[in-house]
Amino acid sequence: MCGICGCGQPHEHQHQHAHEHEGGHEAEAQRRLQVELDLFSRNNRHAQTNREMFARRNLLVLNLVSSPGSGKTALLVETLKQQRGELPVAVIEGDQQTHQDADRIRATGVEAVQINTGTLCHLDAHMVGHAMEQLPELQNGILYIENVGNLVCPAGFDLGEAAKVVILSVTEGDDKPLKYPGMFHAAQLMILNKIDLLPHVDFDVEACIEYARRINPDIQVLQLSARTGEGLSAWLNWLAGQRRDQLDARIDQLESELRALKAQL
Amino acid sequence: MHELSLCRSLISLLRQQAEEQHFSRVTQLWLDVGPLAAVVPDAMMFAFEAASQGTLAEGARLHIVERPGRARCRACGAETEISQWYQPCAECGAYQLQVLSGDELKIRELEVV
Repeated sequence: MCGICGCGQPHEHQHQHAHEHEGGHEAEAQRRLQVELDLFSRNNRHAQTNREMFARRNLLVLNLVSSPGSGKTALLVETLKQQRGELPVAVIEGDQQTHQDADRIRATGVEAVQINTGTLCHLDAHMVGHAMEQLPELQNGILYIENVGNLVCPAGFDLGEAAKVVILSVTEGDDKPLKYPGMFHAAQLMILNKIDLLPHVDFDVEACIEYARRINPDIQVLQLSARTGEGLSAWLNWLAGQRRDQLDARIDQLESELRALKAQL
Repeated sequence: MHELSLCRSLISLLRQQAEEQHFSRVTQLWLDVGPLAAVVPDAMMFAFEAASQGTLAEGARLHIVERPGRARCRACGAETEISQWYQPCAECGAYQLQVLSGDELKIRELEVV
């Protein structure tokens, strides 16, 4: 059971100061309240709980987002083939229906949890928190969350991840960053996949990167082909770098907490 | 249709408010929407109608108040109003805007009985 939700039980908690004004002249004691109720607050609270758990378990968690058919699962399969046996890895798969993607991941020998969102177009932090109950042993490694193939809705829902990685294949339009800016703004890394097909398509790599940087000046870019393996090592290096940075930050934080406690002696 | 899940969150926030502020029904509510919140007003209205049925907010009038976002230009430092993610700086024309606000989705005011 997750600590916050109690599932289905409304358990909202927000800090706000409500005060009445006007009102009173209507028969049924109608009144107005000034409030500040953030519609993302429930999801954000679950995301925070997830983030704290991921930190305790020293997990690098990446939220992989893209349109359907960009090659997310293929990239994951190739990545896992390199990483299994080297470090603990697992995958949470989000799809509206079927467990085909989870089956593809499990075929590599890596643990996968399938979430079927039904009519919903995105994963939320609450679903991910519950999926983690099926991965109780996972720590000191990487958790990949493959979101529902959709470049719109998943942008607004924090899952507690360290970073969003947006995957765009060169068989799509090079202007997608401009068409779906929310996602490209939210992502730390853009992966251009299927670059082995570049000679056969009209995809302008330079223009695409320039569009992405208009939306998000800090976005990092990697180009690869999950099918041929070209560029895969740069992606594996990026992952290793992220893990190291996260571990350094965590050690710094724990050491400073320890110093503060020792000062109490 | 993520508007529907947002409206479900909204209803549970209203239930909590009703308990804390002692009211039984919501008759009107005002929702501030930033231009970057990825919410379509029509879809929000539709989803609210569906999600509020049989709840304390059934039949309530939802007013959507569109608020401008703000950004600061990394090239020239100017602060400007924005209405979308990819906009050149109004001062210098650079595509170097760092978004400061604009993705909020908040209920600011309720009319209750």
